[in-house]
Amino acid sequence: MVYFLIFISAIFVNNIVLSQFLGICPFLGVSKKIDTAMGMSAAVIFVLTLATVVTYLLQMLLVAWGLEFLQTILFILIIAALVQMIEIMLKKVSPALYQALGVFLPLITTNCCILGVAILVANGTEKLPMGAEHGMLTGTLFAFATALGFGLALILFAGIREQLALAKVPKAMQGTPIALLTAGLLAMAFMGFSGVV
Amino acid sequence: MVLSLVIISMVAAGALAGVYILTLENINAQKKAKQEAAKQAVLAGHEDGVAIETAVDGFGGQFRVMVGFDQEGNILGYEILEHQETPGLGSHMVHWFKNADKPGQNIIGRKAGNLQVSKDGGDVDAITAATISSRAFLKAINQAYAEFHGTEAATGASQLQPAEKVEPETETEVTNE
Amino acid sequence: MNNALKTFTNGLLKENPTFVLVLGMCPTLATTTSAINGMAMGLATLFVLVCSNIVISLLKNLIPDKVRIPAFIVVIATFVTLVQLLMQAYLPAIYDVLGLFIPLIVVNCIVLGRAEAFAAKNSVGLSALDGLGMGLGFTLALTILGAVRELLGTGAVFGFHLYSDYYGALVFVLAPGAFIALAYLMAIINKLQKK
Repeated sequence: MVYFLIFISAIFVNNIVLSQFLGICPFLGVSKKIDTAMGMSAAVIFVLTLATVVTYLLQMLLVAWGLEFLQTILFILIIAALVQMIEIMLKKVSPALYQALGVFLPLITTNCCILGVAILVANGTEKLPMGAEHGMLTGTLFAFATALGFGLALILFAGIREQLALAKVPKAMQGTPIALLTAGLLAMAFMGFSGVV
Repeated sequence: MVLSLVIISMVAAGALAGVYILTLENINAQKKAKQEAAKQAVLAGHEDGVAIETAVDGFGGQFRVMVGFDQEGNILGYEILEHQETPGLGSHMVHWFKNADKPGQNIIGRKAGNLQVSKDGGDVDAITAATISSRAFLKAINQAYAEFHGTEAATGASQLQPAEKVEPETETEVTNE
Repeated sequence: MNNALKTFTNGLLKENPTFVLVLGMCPTLATTTSAINGMAMGLATLFVLVCSNIVISLLKNLIPDKVRIPAFIVVIATFVTLVQLLMQAYLPAIYDVLGLFIPLIVVNCIVLGRAEAFAAKNSVGLSALDGLGMGLGFTLALTILGAVRELLGTGAVFGFHLYSDYYGALVFVLAPGAFIALAYLMAIINKLQKK
């Protein structure tokens, strides 16, 4: 039950993009078409879950050696290296998947939801529903659920923007302003979930 | 090529280690001062009071409260140490329950243990439009009282250790980010 | 001299990182619940931006092209951790509010973007000015957005009440208000620039 609540909490109640403000850049940048939004979401789900596991283990080493102050610098390097490795491996193992995700992978290093979630989980400060203990398993589930939440927000948003492209928008509002306004309304809708978990 | 990267990383790590050692003392002192200030505030000048820290799940996640009790178990004061309640609604708990002008919502001076919001049959007025936060807050106070009572029973009612007991119930570790 | 001035004002107005380049949106939206929080976030970024621009400009001939990006990230992350430690030691209250978004300066596109686009090609002095201009532009934008949200949400600016918070539209302090306030600010700036 608790594991189910982690998903509800991370996807709807504390949606990473719409209520935690992480990963806004790709949210605005690759949301013009549903196809690309789906590719980006899949890449984020993959990398975020993997990065969280790796950084969680690294944090245990850092704490054991008393080197917590190197957290930021090591985490970002690990994430960058991980993304590179995934890219190389995908190219070799599954060219089809590489075709689908390849373009998004380099962008992911600077997606702040990866580093953000990694730091939250490593420090045990991620928002968990009542009764869930911080730990490796819940942290990994949280990361996976958060990435799903990112995907949901991104794909929903892309769907709206595809329609929006056909609408008549006042000149000053064209481009980013109208996109932000749409995101604001979407965030308001997601606020309805608050208090559910 | 790799060498230059290694050198840069080494220099960076060395510089950070230096700064870390220089600031470490101050960071710990700040954390201690914060704790100490909260303790002073919740005891409101009562030297023989007991400050107890506790944590509960609120509306927006876990929050931590420090509560001060006098020897009889009356509430001397409280401080919210950390919270993520909705700004402008649940966040009002920082002041709401110690407003001396509004006896219905003020809990200072009351006996803790079974405090409840009026909606649940108690006599504490909840924060407008933030019943869940209010419930959680009173739960924290009652929880702190239970712990206070526990220490009282353990040490014998007459021999309370004055103003020493600061034990978080379920501590949310504030690690070095 | 003219060149220096141009570099400096570029980030402030013409290429304002928030309103024109639309970079670093995460801290922009997340930390601007009040004017003072927005300003603190802006200044922390400014510090990292200036320092990393200077160091990267100094090192630009020593770093082989192939490991350029990782080297830049190491330099930036070093200064970010520096800010983290200093804030924890001397400004703990603000550090608590900004929390996660301080380490996340590392992945703020403005910082790496300026390192790559400017500091790696220009002299130390100009790079410092560029960092200063961009940083101030970012700080300005965050302070304005913070002030607008604080005013509409709670009736105060920098904590000074202009009207009672009873009339505040709370939504502006919450998540949706961040998007909406920034959307309208951008639209207003677009409109003004057209003229």
